[in-house]
Amino acid sequence: MSIYMINVATQIIIQAIAACGLNIIVGHAGQISLGHAAFVGIGAYSNAMLTTAGGLTFWQALPISLLIVGLIGLLCGLPSLRVKEDFLAITTIGINFIVVAIFQYTPALGGALGIGGIPNVSFFGIELKARAFFWLCLLFLLAVLAISWFFTKSWLGLSCFAIREEETAASSMGVSPVRAKLSAFVLGTLMAGLSGILYAHYMKFISADSFTFPFSVTLLSIAVVGGLGTLFGPVVGAVVLGILPEVFRPLVDYRMFLYAALLLMMIRFLPGGLLGGSDLLSVKSLRKRKALPLKGGGKIDR
Amino acid sequence: MTDKILSVKDLSINFGGLKAVDNVTFDIGRQEILGLLGPNGAGKTTCFNMISGVYKPTSGEIYLNGKRTDGMSPHQMAELGVGRTFQVVKPFSGLTVEENVIVSLGMPQYNKFIKSWKFWNTQANKKAAENILKTVGLDGEATVKAGLLPLGNLRKLEIARALALAPTLLLLDECFSGLRHEEIRIIEDLIRRIREQGVSILLIEHNMRVAMGISDRVVVLDHGRKLAEGTPSEVSADPAVIEAYLGKGETADVA
Repeated sequence: MSIYMINVATQIIIQAIAACGLNIIVGHAGQISLGHAAFVGIGAYSNAMLTTAGGLTFWQALPISLLIVGLIGLLCGLPSLRVKEDFLAITTIGINFIVVAIFQYTPALGGALGIGGIPNVSFFGIELKARAFFWLCLLFLLAVLAISWFFTKSWLGLSCFAIREEETAASSMGVSPVRAKLSAFVLGTLMAGLSGILYAHYMKFISADSFTFPFSVTLLSIAVVGGLGTLFGPVVGAVVLGILPEVFRPLVDYRMFLYAALLLMMIRFLPGGLLGGSDLLSVKSLRKRKALPLKGGGKIDR
Repeated sequence: MTDKILSVKDLSINFGGLKAVDNVTFDIGRQEILGLLGPNGAGKTTCFNMISGVYKPTSGEIYLNGKRTDGMSPHQMAELGVGRTFQVVKPFSGLTVEENVIVSLGMPQYNKFIKSWKFWNTQANKKAAENILKTVGLDGEATVKAGLLPLGNLRKLEIARALALAPTLLLLDECFSGLRHEEIRIIEDLIRRIREQGVSILLIEHNMRVAMGISDRVVVLDHGRKLAEGTPSEVSADPAVIEAYLGKGETADVA
C-alpha cells in the first residue's frame, strides 16, 4: 500500500472507532447523541496534554485519558435520564459547543492555537511510523469491535435494546434505565475517547476546530449509513464515507453536493443503513427476513 | 397482614387540578383474582401505574407483603415480584419473542452490575423462556420478531414477559381488549392456571361480563373514587354501579 492509502485507511479506522461508540449509544441504547465529537476531543486533548506537558508516554497516558473521558461521559449521560429524543439531541449539541469553547478559550489547553508536538507512539522503544501506526489503530478497532460484540451478547446489552424499544415496558420488566443508559453512554464515550487519543498521535497537532458540531454530524452519518445497531455498520459506514471524498476528488467543487445527495438517497431507500436497520445481529435476521417476508419492504420496528 | 399480598390505603393522585384517583382503598388476598372495573377515565390504569411504580401517589400508602412500596421505581417493583401488562401493548418490537421474555428473566440473575456483563444467550435462559412461552401458548413463535405478532399473541406475550419475572402479584391491564371470543376464553383459562400456581392477580377490565366471570371479587371505580366493592353478583346488583355504567333510570342487565 502506498503511504497515501495508509493515511486514508488510518483516518477511516479512527473514525470507525468513534462511530462504534456512537452506535452503542444511539444504535443499541436508542439515546440520540449529537455531541459525540466532544468526547473524541476530550480524549485527544487529555492524551495530548499528558504526553506533551505531562511528559508521559502514550501507553502511560492512555488509561488516564480513558478514565477522564469515562468520567465526563458519565456526567454527560445524566441528562439522558431526564430528557428524551429531540430534547436529548439539543442537550448533546450543547455539550459539544461547551466542550469546544473550553478547548478554545483555556490558555492551558493552547487556546485557539491548539496543541502541537504530540509525540509518535512507541512500542517497546520502537517508534511507530505511518505503517506501524496503521496496524496499531487496526488492532484497537478489532478490540472495540470485540467489546461491541460482547456488549450485544451481555445482559446489559439486551437491557439496552429493551430500553431502546420500549422504555416504560423495560423498566416494568426489571430493567434499570439508569444503569442501562449510563453504561451505554460511558462505553460509547470511552470508544470516542480512544478514537480521539489515536487521532492526536496521528495528527501530532490538534485544535478545537477538529471536534466541532459538524464532526458529530459526520460521525452520526457514518453510523446511520452503515446501519445503526449492527456490529459492523460503523466500520462499513466509515469506509464508504471515508473513501467517497477521495473518489470524488476530481469533482472537488461538487464533493459536498454528492455527499449530501448520497445521504438523502440512503434515508429514502435504505433507512436502516447498508447493513440493514436496527437489527441486532444483521446476518441472522437477514436469514430470518428471507424466511418471513414482510409486506412493503419489511421494516416494522421503530 | 400476611393474608393480604397487596394493600392500598387512601391512594390519591392529582394531575394539576385533576384528581385522577381519590382516596381509593382495597386489598388483594393471596391467590385472589381481583377485578378493577369502571367506565372510561375512572382511574383504573392510573391506579395500576401507582402500584407498579410508574407514578408516585400524591398521598396514600401501598403495601406489598406488608412492606411499603409507594414511590418505588418500576424496576424495583419488578424485583419485588410485581409483574404487569399494558393496556396498549408495549412489545420490544425489534427483538424476537424469545428475547422479549429473556429480558424479564434476566432481572434476578443479573441484577448486580458486574453480573450484568454475563451472556444472556444461555441454554438455561432459552429453556426457561421456552417453558413460559409454552404456558401462554406462544411456543413455535419464539424466533419471530415481536413486532410481527397479531394482537392476540401480543397480549399473550405481555403475560409471558410478566410471568418471566416469577411474580407473586400480576397486574393485567385490559388483557382481553380487542380480542375475539375464542381468544378471550384462552386467556381466561390461562389466567386461572396462573392463579393455580399461587399468583395473585389484579385485573383491569372494561368488559363487565368477562370481568365478572373471572374475578373472585371486584372493585368498581368511577371518577377516581371507589364506588363499590364485593363479589361479582353483589356488585352487579348495586344500583350505583348500574348508574355509573348505564346512566340513571336504566335497568338493563349489566352482568
